[in-house]
Amino acid sequence: MSLDAPFAGSTVGKPVAKVDSLEKVRGQAQYIADLYRPGMLHGAILASPHPHARILGYDLTAALAAPGVVAIVTGDDVGDGRMGAFIKDEHAIARGKVMYVGEPVAAVAARTEAEARAACRLIEVRYEELPAVLSPEDGLAEDAPILHEHLADYIKVFDAGSQGNLCSRTRLEEGNVDTAWDQCDVIVEGEYTTQAQAHVSMEPCGALAEVDANGRVTLWSANQSVFRVQANVCESLGLPMSQLRSLTPRVGAGFGNKMEPHIQPICVALAIKAQRPVKMILSREEDFEMVRARHPFKVWMKTGARADGTLVARECRVLLDCGAFADDSPGVMGYALLMSGGPYRIPHMRASGQLVYTNKLRFGAFRGFGNPQVLFAGEQQIDQIAEKVGLDAFAMRRKNMLREGDTWFVGPKIASNGLARCLDVVEQAASTPRADGRPRNFGLAVSAHISGLLGTGAIVRMLEDGTISLNTGATDIGQGSDTVLAQICAEELKVPLDRVAVASPDTDGSPYNWGTTASRVTYTTGRAVKAAARAVVDKAMDHAAEMLECPIEDLELREGGRIGRKGANTDLTFAQISGRAHWAAGGPIVGANTLVFDEPTHDPKRAIALGLPFPRIGVFSFAAMGVDVDVDPVSGQVSVHEAWSAADVGRAINPRLVEVQLHGGFVQGLGYALVEEMVWDGARLANPSLMDYKVPTMRDVPDAIHTYIIEDPEPSGPFGAKGAGEIGLNPVVGAVANAVAQATGARHHHLPLSGERVLNGMTGAGG
Amino acid sequence: MAKKALFTLTLNGEDTEVATAPDATLLETLRDGLGVLSPKRGCNQGVCGACTVLIDGLPVRACLTLTARCEGHDLRTMEGMNSDPVMATLQRHMVESGGVQCGFCTSGMLLSARNLLAETPRPSRETVKSALSGNLCRCTGYRTIVDAVCNAAEELTP
Repeated sequence: MSLDAPFAGSTVGKPVAKVDSLEKVRGQAQYIADLYRPGMLHGAILASPHPHARILGYDLTAALAAPGVVAIVTGDDVGDGRMGAFIKDEHAIARGKVMYVGEPVAAVAARTEAEARAACRLIEVRYEELPAVLSPEDGLAEDAPILHEHLADYIKVFDAGSQGNLCSRTRLEEGNVDTAWDQCDVIVEGEYTTQAQAHVSMEPCGALAEVDANGRVTLWSANQSVFRVQANVCESLGLPMSQLRSLTPRVGAGFGNKMEPHIQPICVALAIKAQRPVKMILSREEDFEMVRARHPFKVWMKTGARADGTLVARECRVLLDCGAFADDSPGVMGYALLMSGGPYRIPHMRASGQLVYTNKLRFGAFRGFGNPQVLFAGEQQIDQIAEKVGLDAFAMRRKNMLREGDTWFVGPKIASNGLARCLDVVEQAASTPRADGRPRNFGLAVSAHISGLLGTGAIVRMLEDGTISLNTGATDIGQGSDTVLAQICAEELKVPLDRVAVASPDTDGSPYNWGTTASRVTYTTGRAVKAAARAVVDKAMDHAAEMLECPIEDLELREGGRIGRKGANTDLTFAQISGRAHWAAGGPIVGANTLVFDEPTHDPKRAIALGLPFPRIGVFSFAAMGVDVDVDPVSGQVSVHEAWSAADVGRAINPRLVEVQLHGGFVQGLGYALVEEMVWDGARLANPSLMDYKVPTMRDVPDAIHTYIIEDPEPSGPFGAKGAGEIGLNPVVGAVANAVAQATGARHHHLPLSGERVLNGMTGAGG
Repeated sequence: MAKKALFTLTLNGEDTEVATAPDATLLETLRDGLGVLSPKRGCNQGVCGACTVLIDGLPVRACLTLTARCEGHDLRTMEGMNSDPVMATLQRHMVESGGVQCGFCTSGMLLSARNLLAETPRPSRETVKSALSGNLCRCTGYRTIVDAVCNAAEELTP
């Protein structure tokens, strides 16, 4: 079975199969649980039974005597090092206190996983229970127990404004909202709540660590960034980064849950103590209880417009449950506020938020990153205003949408914007009547999402035979970045895709890559790959000029990886050029490029920004989505009959992979809109299993989901590309809520839109 | 630790001896005892389908099946499907349709599909969705997987 047709010109823009497809359909792909090392032990964790308690001491006697046990790690074995992307507030393992039910408090390495798990149950931990904070409101109360007594001393990478249980606060403001309401003829206002959603990557989190004779650690793990793993483990365990090598096997998906650490620091601590390789794989229940989840939001939003529908002002306030540790939460809140105006021209905007520590698992990054939560409020209010001023949903959005050259809230410039075309294609497609003759219950939502952020790099090497090695450090979590980056590399070098080998990320050998997150790899790493490949071409040209004894200007790069004189048939192969470089002159050909996204988020001349966690954010992708829903009049259950998802991704390097992102994002968004909800019984998560936490199955998904790729090239993007990973999820909650309102006449302020809620809305019992 | 018991399994066409705990699940025996790694532990309670194997041709959750009950039955995992032309066709269409993303669910999904095509050579889309609804995928939104199975069926049974 060949993955590619023989080389036929360009690879960019072609729906080539993913380079890792074959090993996956044959069951040969190796994930973290599939790795074994000589003498390897298995690790297991003991989870905290309390939401908030002081650890008074441990009795490990019985556990250490249990069969097969080699080492046990507790908070006594790790120093006071703390890790965290924005606020360094988290130890490798609970130390001094436990902060949520499910938090790892001890870990055992034993010959088998069963022995490790059995020994965990023999560990005795003496606790002094403390009063717990279970909601952000409780956390802000004057007499609230304080979760992080030393919050003021923690390292913070931005102006967090932390105080008491307030982890961070952010305020963004442009124009003058307070006086703008007077200019409004129509105002809508509402409070909204959104639920916690679990990522449910099919692969639970895991790690495997081993220590060499010099004490240097090699660590494989399920991750979205080998570099964030390295940074977090080293910060929390006090290791120099040169003492830890972080690698990745294939990753069984990550939707934000594998970006920051899970059990890697604990696994490393166990391997160091045991002086043997240790593998730890979480159970599904542990994965639910201790990794991370999408933040529950409370959103208050008010939007005003003139009688003709022109938007004038919006104010948005959010209150976020942070969970026990900051993790990515300050970023999620800041980003949600930045996106709270939606892709609209709103001259007067204020967005502010508070992020509050609670005794729950840390909430963190999840595909959409705060955007869906504010969109649920914002896109419903746009529809409500449209209704009041007598505009249809499409006209309302066209009238107010941001255009190319406009400025996003607080300052980023929009260089490409295909939103108008997204709206056109959805409107046209959805205007067809239903096959069954029933009227459509149609809902529309639009969204924008960034791609960008932070540092990245690429190294392209021409091997002795003229084939290519590409090394970027970007973890492919299944979405296909290895393939997309190889396509970009092959295109720039004009070689067939199968001549490009993609190296697996390795902190020893790969250039830095912040991570596979924020819809950024195609855009950010793609830029580095293109530039590194171009450097290889330039060096090959230098060789060819000497070999053919002609000026470089006379040369051209030809398809198949050849360089020849313009107008002449003879040419040199990359093999000939690379052979000369390796053995005769100039040295082996290597092209490298690194970059950091450096366009400022905030323009201080036009806006106020306090506590902004992302000073340089990214470029914008856009989407429009329509859904047609059926509502069961007896149960209130909502089902999607048909959906239309259009996304402007600049340029689809691989259209099939973009389409799968739109389909996958839609279904994950549909689960969030209709059924998925993490439920707590007091401090304890009540449904940490796939039996009790429902994710959409094949039967829950309609066949008629239509995807449309709109290409409005981003000038700074590789071949015009920008991100596609999250834009297809964001609008689902808005489109579904608007369709339910159309179907039932009731507006909903709480997610998920369960049958019970929708039925209550229909009967006037309140949504 | 309980004394191990010796089992003889007919795995991918070969008689294979394995010593394992008497109460070991088939998933534990395959992965830890025999190094057969295509069945995955996604939930260990029979919901996600990532550990699906074929027993006498029928898709079964290896995490809910006791090894002790598997003797005398024909066990197939993806490792044993290399010479099966129907599986080869399914695999090719999964690759071409984009039905493979992270790949963690893929073996289980394909084994369920293999059984479906044995029972129903030309299934409707609804039949595919019903037959494979016990195999969860969080990446694809399922569309491309249904496409792959339908396209394979069409090619195999024109």
